Amino acid sequence: MADLQINSESVFNFEQCLKCSVCTVYCPVSAVNPAYPGPKQAGPDGERYRLKNPVFFDENLKKCLNCKRCEVSCPQNVNVGDIIQVARMKYSNHKPGLRDRILASTDFVGTMANRFAPIVNKTLALDITKSLMHSTIGVDKHRQFPAYSAQRFETWYKRNAKAQQAQYSKQVSYFHGCYVNYNFPKLGKDLVKIMNAVGYGVQLLDKEKCCGVAKIANGLYDQAKKHGNININSIRKAKEEGRVTLGTSSTCCFTIRDEYEHVLGMESADMRESMTLATRFLYQLLDEGKIKLAFRSDYKKRVAYHSACHMERMGWVFYSTELLKMIPGVDFTMLDSQCCGIAGTYGFKRENYETSQAIGSGLFKQIKEVAPDCVATDCETCKWQIEMSTGVPVENPISIIADALDVEATIKLNS
Amino acid sequence: MDVKLKNKYDVIVIGGGITGAGTARDCAMRGLSVLLIERFDFAQGATGRNHGLLHSGARYAVTDQESATECIQENMILRKIASHCVDETDGLFITLPEDDLAYQATFVESCQRAGIRADIIDPQEAKILEPAVNPSLIGAVRIPDASIDPFRLTVANVVDARIHGADVITYHEVTELIIDQTRVVGVKMRDQYTGEIREVYADLTINAAGIWGMLVAKMAGITVNMFPAKGALLIFGHRVNNMVINRCRKPANADILVPDDNVCVIGTTSDRVPIETCDDMRVTDEEVEVLLTEGAQLAPALATTRILRAYAGVRPLVASDHDPSGRSISRGIVTLDHATRDGLEGFVTITGGKMMTYRLMAEMVTDLVCKKLGVNKACETATTPLPGSESKQSEEELRTYSFADKAAEGRHGTYTKEIVKPADELDEALVCECEGVSVAEVNYAVNSQHVNNMIDLRRRTRMGMGTCQGQLCSCRAAGLLCQGNHADKAAADLADFIDERWKGMKPVAWGATLNEAQLITMVYEDLCGVNQFVKEGGMK
Repeated sequence: MADLQINSESVFNFEQCLKCSVCTVYCPVSAVNPAYPGPKQAGPDGERYRLKNPVFFDENLKKCLNCKRCEVSCPQNVNVGDIIQVARMKYSNHKPGLRDRILASTDFVGTMANRFAPIVNKTLALDITKSLMHSTIGVDKHRQFPAYSAQRFETWYKRNAKAQQAQYSKQVSYFHGCYVNYNFPKLGKDLVKIMNAVGYGVQLLDKEKCCGVAKIANGLYDQAKKHGNININSIRKAKEEGRVTLGTSSTCCFTIRDEYEHVLGMESADMRESMTLATRFLYQLLDEGKIKLAFRSDYKKRVAYHSACHMERMGWVFYSTELLKMIPGVDFTMLDSQCCGIAGTYGFKRENYETSQAIGSGLFKQIKEVAPDCVATDCETCKWQIEMSTGVPVENPISIIADALDVEATIKLNS
Repeated sequence: MDVKLKNKYDVIVIGGGITGAGTARDCAMRGLSVLLIERFDFAQGATGRNHGLLHSGARYAVTDQESATECIQENMILRKIASHCVDETDGLFITLPEDDLAYQATFVESCQRAGIRADIIDPQEAKILEPAVNPSLIGAVRIPDASIDPFRLTVANVVDARIHGADVITYHEVTELIIDQTRVVGVKMRDQYTGEIREVYADLTINAAGIWGMLVAKMAGITVNMFPAKGALLIFGHRVNNMVINRCRKPANADILVPDDNVCVIGTTSDRVPIETCDDMRVTDEEVEVLLTEGAQLAPALATTRILRAYAGVRPLVASDHDPSGRSISRGIVTLDHATRDGLEGFVTITGGKMMTYRLMAEMVTDLVCKKLGVNKACETATTPLPGSESKQSEEELRTYSFADKAAEGRHGTYTKEIVKPADELDEALVCECEGVSVAEVNYAVNSQHVNNMIDLRRRTRMGMGTCQGQLCSCRAAGLLCQGNHADKAAADLADFIDERWKGMKPVAWGATLNEAQLITMVYEDLCGVNQFVKEGGMK
């Protein structure tokens, strides 16, 4: 009769919770904000009561960062973070305001900002703008918006890279995400440089929309789903045409692979495995002996690696760090794994600023002690937070590899 | 709670189940001086070991019109007077492909005859109303079933009896009826903790001890022919269903699934057992298998839902005096005036019936008592709300409450106001995280609801009834309950509590429930070494 019960199928494994509370120990918010009920209470405990009566929903659940460190810590594989996100989606009465909509619309705001990038960047950097945004819409005045690029990555790609890609026999697709497209095209260019050097052509997806992580976090679920469908279809089409889709943002990857299905309830299982992170893809090719990398002998850098929360959740920290360690000129330090506190748009909100900085304080202290030339991390919002809070520049591992790469030698090795 | 007893009462009520509690309340409301004696804790017998179903009476409609009519009448009364104990879920009687759909017509006709609203609805509609229902159903009838919390109901009756002047004493077992020639004039009772015996006198002694009532009657040399019928049930980890789901066929095993608080309960089985076994019911593997297999017919999700516990109760079924063989057993109410029946004055027995009809049972026996004592006052229990049910909290106000206060509101109704604003901020801390029991709620229960140990506290608050089955809350509660210089008792109570949790987990110990038990063992046995305290400093 125990056989009958072997495949216990409670949603997100919430009934497998043994109440050991290790998730609450690992929760970065619980550590600094007693008003947050903590992942166990907000997740599996609260869920039982919400099933009885939705009146048990607690708006304090919006204090969850969605870092998923609770899920990493759980010995029973309970998807604690998913339970909390879905509860917010199902029961919250909170309607996203103007600030939330602006923060969530990374793609739309990016499109507008690109056109007037020099003016926008200057304006956003002004103290008066910051204090206005602080007092009117509630974007914290300490925050610096990432600078917008005058030329989008997509535009650069079409003008400068697209034509050359056909010469490669092997092809991948690239999900660049909003940050690369509107703010930091260099990261996308770095990826094209590396992939081309190891004999892979890089294609853009048929259609790419913002992955939606900020929309999910800000309660714009319908928009997130709409965009998600477009992305799923594009990645699926690339898969059908034999191309894996690479990302350079851990959060975009995580959202597409896991949040679409778990939180938004979309059917994406068939394309999940064809969406991966560029460092993971490269590491696996190296490991199988299919590609080789050669590095410049004059490259020297002291690099400290920060494990972004969603990298931890995917279990992919290994791939990025192993690649960095392969670079002879890199003096590598592994930082303690802890949340930096920004959690995407969370830290931009006035009401969260203090919590956000308190969460990251341990990490900032460690970085200052290590004093590296740069911090490496796979998440762009961690980058903003660490740069703002420590003054140490932050690079994506792909950019570090691209800088250290001996392109000519690598091309030779792979041809 | 210290209770100062009088030497003599108008009435002694033996048994702190729902019948005894209800009878004590009714007697007290009619102006009698009352002593309620419970040998362990309230609702420890059959009252606390059933489905927690507020029957519409539909289940009995085809076979027992009288019971069905009583049920629907009491159902409507309890919704009003015990609103904080009732969750108005409504219920379904479903017909599955292997059942005879023709039975549905008989069923609906019988319900209507008993005054029970019974609407045939489309199976499709049933699936929308209750998504957990077996999707292969071919028929559905909607009836006014609901769920009711027997612990709260019993305590509310006790509290109201006290408000009306009754004295209440727990952990005292009646060991002897004091008989003066042909009249019962009082009882001897033994303190379960100290072993001390004391005597109390009354004009009339009411035997309301459920199945154990046959043993009480025996003390007076009287035979009440009862047949203990064991019923086993399973508790699942969360609410799979939000409506009561019944099978539309002749009553059989495991054909009722009730959403109780934040769990759901499938039951029952029915087997005759010897009276000697009634104090320690164990659920067998066979029973678990029947419950699980049949339960999954009502709601397939049960097959894959974590089972928290298994438990069993004993129905106090009474054989008619004219049929000592027990062939024609009724679930009806039995009131015995032993003066006319056996020539023994000052002693009456109220038994049979169901938790559902406790108020009516209390009314019937109190009417008899009043007649015998020459008191002329009408019963008011059908219209006077129980403490906690005087008014209903608005959902808007509830929204402003903390998790623990919301949970407490469901347990204590209007009395939650005594918990919501504790003097000390620390009192808002959670003792039981699964069920949202705060320090303030524990203190409230201890101060006003006859809590002698942790198991009593569980019945008042749901502490330890949640997913972790006491893993996190036990030591916290033990600390709170440990008053003065009684660490030995607190440690023994803790050991008893953990033991009692394990008793219910054992029959279903697999998967997460087994893991949970392992974790509890590790914490309490290996780490705290509570085993050494078992039966030291506990009950004698």
